[in-house]
Amino acid sequence: MKIAYFQSVSSSRGYWLISAIAGVVTLAGLLGAHHMENAGHWVTGMSNQVVWGVPHVFAIFLIVAASGALNTASIASVFGRDDYKPLARLSALLAIALLSGGLAVLVLDLGRPDRLIVAMTHYNFKSIFAWNIFLYIGFMFIVGIYLWMMFEPRMNRFSARVGTAAFIWRLVLTTGTGSIFGFLVAREAFDSAVMAPLFVVMSLSFGTALTLLIGMLIFWINGAAIDPALAQKLRRLLGFFVIGVAYLVAVDHLTRLYVTGHHQLERFILVDGGIYTLLFWGVQILLGTVVPAILLLLPRFCQRGYLITAALLVVVGALAQVYVLIIGGQVFPLELFPGYSVTSTFYDGVIAHYTPSLAELALGMGGMGLAVLVTLIGVRILPFVPVQMAGENQD
Amino acid sequence: MDMKDSSPASARRTFFTQASAGVALLALAPGVRLVDLALARVQDEPASATQRWGLLVDVDRCVSGCDACVSACDTEHGLDGNERPQTDAQWIRKVDLVDNNTEHQLSLPVMCQHCEEPPCVDVCPTGASFRRADGIVLVDKHTCIGCRYCMMACPYKARSFIHEDLTGQKTHAPRGKGTVESCTLCVHRVDRGESPACVEACTDAGHEALVFGDINDRNDPLATQLAETTTRELRADLKLNTAVRYRGL
Repeated sequence: MKIAYFQSVSSSRGYWLISAIAGVVTLAGLLGAHHMENAGHWVTGMSNQVVWGVPHVFAIFLIVAASGALNTASIASVFGRDDYKPLARLSALLAIALLSGGLAVLVLDLGRPDRLIVAMTHYNFKSIFAWNIFLYIGFMFIVGIYLWMMFEPRMNRFSARVGTAAFIWRLVLTTGTGSIFGFLVAREAFDSAVMAPLFVVMSLSFGTALTLLIGMLIFWINGAAIDPALAQKLRRLLGFFVIGVAYLVAVDHLTRLYVTGHHQLERFILVDGGIYTLLFWGVQILLGTVVPAILLLLPRFCQRGYLITAALLVVVGALAQVYVLIIGGQVFPLELFPGYSVTSTFYDGVIAHYTPSLAELALGMGGMGLAVLVTLIGVRILPFVPVQMAGENQD
Repeated sequence: MDMKDSSPASARRTFFTQASAGVALLALAPGVRLVDLALARVQDEPASATQRWGLLVDVDRCVSGCDACVSACDTEHGLDGNERPQTDAQWIRKVDLVDNNTEHQLSLPVMCQHCEEPPCVDVCPTGASFRRADGIVLVDKHTCIGCRYCMMACPYKARSFIHEDLTGQKTHAPRGKGTVESCTLCVHRVDRGESPACVEACTDAGHEALVFGDINDRNDPLATQLAETTTRELRADLKLNTAVRYRGL
């Protein structure tokens, strides 16, 4: 068995540079949130038509990616693959960091973020949203315990069991996040049982891509590189996850295409929805699915540069996918009067308009910055990164 | 033997019984408002499930271009707006319809449908969205965190988010930036035994397209009309059993 030794990341110019960038992005996010809360949400692109905007795109992306980031640790301890162990600790840290980033965005976008304590003390247990509050807090707690099991040599023997609990919890968590949309019976773009499994597979893909990217960044700061053999395994895995997401996206759209009542919605997303159609075919499918699938699965593209490109494209495609899903699903009007053309002062029957403002873009990006910042603080104070073994490639 | 007790003690007892009933009546009468005993309840008395307040919209009587109900609602609740139609609150709106096949034109108001099974109440994480025992769906302004999940869940697009600072709110219509709101069925008026402002305005305009009342009371004009004519719910496929019904649609 290959034993992995770990160290904390030492202070370096690279460390402080990346920390400064992440700090500035986080600060910009806080300023954006402050502006939104101070002036009110009218300064965003959100309205009574599009009630969830870009902050939710980033929040959902980060929350979904968080549970997927735990993959590497799960593969190591749940499925007993020791070759994934060098990244196990970092993957668990990323899970907590990404979730922190996502939740921060979600909370700061609330109309009344000052009432967070109300959300913690008043629960409506029929609400999947309330369930998600428990799932997110529980996930942080369980992954924290899991990290303890991994860090403390005397506790290592429990890490498989706690890892299994964390693995099951993360599956439930993403099912819950998908159900936030899947349970919206009134909106034809969301109301689907496919949402839950789709979000589970999305988490595998987004989380693995971010583990690779942020993992490589942390290793680079530490003057090392991820073991190429492990990188290749993650590369293939990410390739299969990308295909998995594409499959469920296809099933979702084909189901709707079969139902006559949904044809207009499908026509909007797939054919004449302007920016949403462009984002779907151009970014989500071409750049975020086809190109990375080729780069990840064909042996000739095994170099590190291709891997980084593919993982970046998966992230860009993921953001486009969540954007099309959440915002595209809202701009398409609710159908209250089938068979009638509808007009009103409240934008009934028309495609709603949405342009994100700088403040909400900053808030969303701030969540990303916070996730990186939490990761950087974590790797600086605790031994998360494996010690480079003699004979391992240092490319 | 004559069972009737005519002793002085009995007469005294009768006197005290009748006197105390009279005193009790005098004390309670201002509260129970004998005039509209069927409608009203005492201010402090909780809403009761024996009533279910509802509305009938008679589409044939609703006039295209008339927005008396909308103006009355705006005035009643102080929905001034900021000339920003994308974000300004609208609790009730007029919707104009044209039949795609026949080009027949209709006009009707849409507001919170006060569902028996409201999706907004189901999804609200804090329980701020709630349904009163008498069927009126409301938002508790103290526990709404402004997550807008209820707006995502409402099939009728009946809810508005308050996007900016407000001033000069009415005491009977508490509103505040960062929370969600919608038609309250003029709960403050209903609790006083009055009709919602939109209904009154429609009647004053001479259209009488809106009928308000208690669906559960068989003698109520609303319940009578609902029993006599064919009405429909919006998005009846969702089986939410709305308290707002449409005739002529």
